[in-house]
Amino acid sequence: MSRAVTLALALVLLALPALAQQRAIPLAELKSGSSFLGADLRSLQNDDFANPGTLWLERGEKLWSSPAGAKNQSCAGCHQDAKTSMLGVAARYPKVDAESGRLLDLEGRINLCRTRRMGAQPFKYESEELLAITAYVARQSRGMPLNVSIDGAARSHFDAGEKSYRLRRGQMNLSCAHCHEANWGKRLLSETISQGHPNGYPVYRMEWQTMGSLERRLRACLSGIRAEMLPYGSPEYLDLELYLAWRAQGLPMETPGVRR
Amino acid sequence: MAARIQISPRPKKGEVVEVRVLIQHPMETGYRRDDVGHLIKRNVITTLSCRYDGVEVFRADLSSGIAANPYVQFYTVAQTSGDLEFYWVDDEGKQGSERTPIQVT
Repeated sequence: MSRAVTLALALVLLALPALAQQRAIPLAELKSGSSFLGADLRSLQNDDFANPGTLWLERGEKLWSSPAGAKNQSCAGCHQDAKTSMLGVAARYPKVDAESGRLLDLEGRINLCRTRRMGAQPFKYESEELLAITAYVARQSRGMPLNVSIDGAARSHFDAGEKSYRLRRGQMNLSCAHCHEANWGKRLLSETISQGHPNGYPVYRMEWQTMGSLERRLRACLSGIRAEMLPYGSPEYLDLELYLAWRAQGLPMETPGVRR
Repeated sequence: MAARIQISPRPKKGEVVEVRVLIQHPMETGYRRDDVGHLIKRNVITTLSCRYDGVEVFRADLSSGIAANPYVQFYTVAQTSGDLEFYWVDDEGKQGSERTPIQVT
């Protein structure tokens, strides 16, 4: 084999994983969490009046145009009308922030905007305000397919996220994949195991009787398998969120979703 | 407390209209404990009533069995043009209200 051919072959082999990262679940078999719900909850999610999550959207819409912080700036001050400027934005998160090189989810991006551009205090994790503004921004991408980047600076986070997804944890010694990849569609007590996609977050969860973030949901899963819950804002959640978003690539956003 | 009301737009006189109301409220049962084990005090909406053009057309006594952010749906007959006014009160004595006009054609 000539050196040129060997070199070309090596380049192709190197490029392959970046070109086509193998999907965990084939696109044709991807199912949103809502398709594992009963008809009643599914119709509740699709009812823009009765979906309780829409109460948070109203609050988020007000927050969008309320000035805050030392610079007395609002989201609308820079981004104008969220209905156009935030179209499809949530579907691209988690994403690496070019300025700081940090991986951010939508909540993290909103809080960074507050500290960096508005001179305001970040909202607390799971606060009504953070859930409301995140849901409002994510709502603008409803119906658009998740589409995150896992190249460049995001790659190491993606790899860490996948590792975390497949890591056995807790007293039950289970990884995410044991339920949501190998056994989705089967029964776990009274419930059907979902594929574990993040396309409806923040969601209104019946068990919580309120709105909650993806991090809160991940914590609930950790507690369910009797593993130690990581603190809110832990980078491991973000890596995992990126992996989950990539795994659900192509599923339309449903925020505000309704879940059990 | 945020709330919203929905009715069929511009009903005819004598028409049966669907009324829907959604109220943001924690409906705290009084049986839950917080992170350090203390009982969280019960706080549910106890009474929800609706007046149509000044006349009460609907009243419900809610209790701790009702989910958070209660959603109520009922029917009434469109008689005259007037306001549909909702009032509610919770265990803490907090009152809420919301109104919407009915325009009979």
